[in-house]
This record gives sequence, structure tokens and C-alpha cells, in this order.
Amino acid sequence: MNEFLIVIHRDLTSKDAKPSPEQMQAAIKPFQEWIGGIAAQNKLVAPPKRWDTDGRVVKANNMVVNGPYAEIKESIGGVLMIRADGYDDAVEIAKGCPILEWGAVVEVRMAVTAN
Amino acid sequence: MLMEEQVLLPHLFRTEYRKMVSVLCHLFGIEHIEVAEDIVSETFLIATETWSIKGLPDNPVAWLYTVAKNKTRNYLKRTALFEQKLLPEIRYRTSEAEEMELVFSGRNIADSQLAMIFAVCHPAIPFESQVALALNLLCGFGAQEIADAFLTNKEVIYKRINRAKHKLKEEKIRIEHPLAAEVNGRLDTVLTTVYLLFSEGYYASSQNTVLRRELCEEAMRLIELLILNPDTNTPAVHALLALMCFHCSRFDARTGEHGEMILYADQDESRWDWSLVKKGTVHLNRAASGSVLTKYHLEAGIAYWHTLKADSLEKWGHILGLYNELLILEYSPIAALNRTFALAKVRGARIAIAEAEKLGLTDNHFYHSLLGNLYSGLDDGKALQHFEIAFDLANSPGDKGAISKNIRRLKAAGQTGGAGK
Repeated sequence: MNEFLIVIHRDLTSKDAKPSPEQMQAAIKPFQEWIGGIAAQNKLVAPPKRWDTDGRVVKANNMVVNGPYAEIKESIGGVLMIRADGYDDAVEIAKGCPILEWGAVVEVRMAVTAN
Repeated sequence: MLMEEQVLLPHLFRTEYRKMVSVLCHLFGIEHIEVAEDIVSETFLIATETWSIKGLPDNPVAWLYTVAKNKTRNYLKRTALFEQKLLPEIRYRTSEAEEMELVFSGRNIADSQLAMIFAVCHPAIPFESQVALALNLLCGFGAQEIADAFLTNKEVIYKRINRAKHKLKEEKIRIEHPLAAEVNGRLDTVLTTVYLLFSEGYYASSQNTVLRRELCEEAMRLIELLILNPDTNTPAVHALLALMCFHCSRFDARTGEHGEMILYADQDESRWDWSLVKKGTVHLNRAASGSVLTKYHLEAGIAYWHTLKADSLEKWGHILGLYNELLILEYSPIAALNRTFALAKVRGARIAIAEAEKLGLTDNHFYHSLLGNLYSGLDDGKALQHFEIAFDLANSPGDKGAISKNIRRLKAAGQTGGAGK
């Protein structure tokens, strides 16, 4: 079992942000069910939290700008950590993210263990 | 008179032994726990002898307290222990003159019992010993009764109790009211122990339902002691009591005539104890304050929705949501299985089967019972296979009985299906 970071990217900054607030509202139950399903497999390491959409971005030379950080259109919308049997398993779990349907992108990253 | 006293003595032993032991332990400190027990046991011995000759006194409880007080006083005078160790201690705690008068006041009993709960439920003591000592000292259960409840023998229980006492002395755990600042951290451990004690009563494999019910009632009584004290009267404590009330309301309905388990879906809700459901609802409402959501809140919520017998999408939607939250807070195989059952009720058996197969609990008989259930009607062959594995994996006669009922039901359905072709 390895630990994986699951990062849900979505459009937070543009005027017609995707998913829309209504879509997010509709996604709450399926989202909780998705997380519950991961937890039921004892694969949830750190549950997602609700992050605000405000944010700050800190750069060199004490430069602080209002966030959230978005080089392209997607910012971080949600972060969680899971346990999985390699990338295939982690990706299979990530595919269950209900926000994918509304245009989110899910990034899967494996933790590198020191040895 | 003789009859009256035969009924009264065991009752008084159950209700007063623990109070007197708590007060004396509180007074003497943990190092002299056996002295406290001896004094109280001798008091009951004298009561048995005297009452059988002279009949019952007007106020048996006051009689017991007076005898215990005198015995304590004599003991302290008799032993060097008093001069050397206890006197400075007692002087330190209260003015000595009023001490003996105060010993068995209602207030002191409540304080002493609370102090004892916190001492016995100390995390340094291994769980099995903790439960044995709690039942013995806080609930007044004899070693034989505890042994019966845990399907073991008296010697094992004595060992566990002594181990717990040894640990209490070794760690020099003080029997005292925890400081308000400590209550929060230590209350968690207390709740865990009492909850486990309750679960032993509720789920234990012992067929002795009277005894198991008493375990549950004792656990509830301990929680009520916590509620009576303002420092420990927290929303989580109310949530735990609510949970226990809801579970206990089904105690009679879940056991058949021959001691077999009756599953929730098959229970006759007219046999549920609706006064306990009501009481649970009151405490669930009191639990709904503050900002901390504990697993007891979630489990009490789940148990609450189960008190509505009729199936509805609303009910199972709530239960599923609560199980999701519970699992996110803390994983347990039984919560994972129950969540999958709720998922089947909300989203259908096929989706639930796919989720169930990801759980990785193939050596758990509840897992196979769940799959047996979900496959019933969809693929009876597979359902039967799972129930048969479950039967082999189950240990208790109650569980085996419930599973074989399902096997018989499926086989009977198979035969009528065959005949209809």
C-alpha cells in the first residue's frame, strides 16, 4: 500500500466558473458518498476539508498576491490523501470523484517513501 | 420477614456495595483498595447474620452505612496505618473531625463514584482488566457473574481484576475528582470504556440475556452519573446515552424464545421499549449543542433512524450519510459493512455488491452474510454460497442460528422455484 495525494482541480476564478455553485451543491451528496466509499475500504488517510476560494499566493521578494493560485484556469478545489495498491488502484478510486462530471480535473500523486 | 430480607439483601448489595467501596477508596487512596473492599464485605456479612435473627432494621441502608462507618473507625484506630499514612492524607483533604460524618452523604457518594470512574477507566490499565474492575468495583458484580458474562472462569476474572488493581497502584493513580482542565482529555477514555462495557453486554456471545441486560443497564447508569456532574455533562456524554437507549430499546425484540438472534428486519416493533426510545430522543436533542461532532453523535443518529421501522428512502439516505461521516471519522469493519447495507437500500443491491467486493473483509462472517443478503433474489446460488461461508466463519450459536435461517429460507425458495417450472 502506498499513500497517494488526490488533488481536485477546478475553475474557481473565471466568471462562469466550472462547476457552478448549483452544480457544487448537487455534488455534495455524491461527493460524501465517494469519500465514504473510500473510507469504507479503510483507504482514507486524510479526509478532504472545505477550503475557501479566497487564498493568497506568496512569491519571492515578499510578494503576496490575492489567490487562489491559477496559472491556467484550474485552482485547487479539494485535497485528500488515500492509501492504494499502486497507481491503477488509486486511479480507479479517483475516477469515482463525482465532480469530474462537471469539468473538474483530478490529479493523482504517489508519495515517495525514503529508502 | 425472612423472605423480605432474602430479596432485599442482594438488591442492597448491588446498589450499596459500589457506593460504600467508592467512598472508602476515595478516603483511603488506591493503595488500600482491598481494605475498603474488606470493610464493605464484612458489613454485608454482619447484615446477613443480624437481619436473619433480628429482622430488618427500619432503614437498612442507613444501618449499613453506620456499620461500615464504625468498622472503618475501628480499623483506623487499630492499625498503625492510620497514624502513619492515612492521617496526614485525610487531614490534608478535609478537616478530620467532620470526615466520618461526611462519609456517606449523597454528595460524597456521587463525588467518590465519579472519582472512581476516572481512576478505573485510566488508559494505563489494559482494556479487559479495566472492564472487569469497572464491573466489580463500580457496578458491584461478583467475579462469578463477570465470568459468566464473558464465558470464562472466576480465576481468569480474579486475575484481570488484580492486574488492574496492581496497575492502579503501580502508576500511583489518585482517586480524585479530575480537575476541570483534565476532564476533556480523560473523559474520552472513560466514555470508551463504558461504551465497550455496554457493547460487551449488547453484543457478547453469552446466552445469559438477563446478565447481559444488566451489563447494559450498568453502563447506562455510569453514564448517568457523568451527566449528574456539571463538569462531565457534555454533549458527547448525552450522545452516548442516547445511543445506548436506542439500542437497549430493542433488547427484548432481538432475542427469540430459544435465545436465537432476531435480526432487525425481522423484529416485532411492538416489543421495542418505546419509553427508552423516548428517553434516547431527549438525550439526542441535548447532545445537539457545542461544536464537536463525536462518533457517539453519529452512531446515536444512526440508531435513532433505526427506531423508525418502516423503510423509506429518507431514512436510509440519512443512515447512509451518517455512516459515511462515521467512517471518515474512524474506520471500523462493522461500520463499513453497515454502510454498504444502507447503500443497497438507497442505490440498489447491484451498486452495493460492487462496493462490498472492494471492502477486503473476506474473513469476516458479517461480510459474507451481507453479500448473501444482497445477492438474494438477484443470484440465489451466489447468495447461498456466501451464507454457507458465513456459517463456517461464525462462532457464536446466535450468529450461526441467524445464518442457517437464511440458508433454509433460500433452499426453500429454490425448491418452490424448481417446482414451478
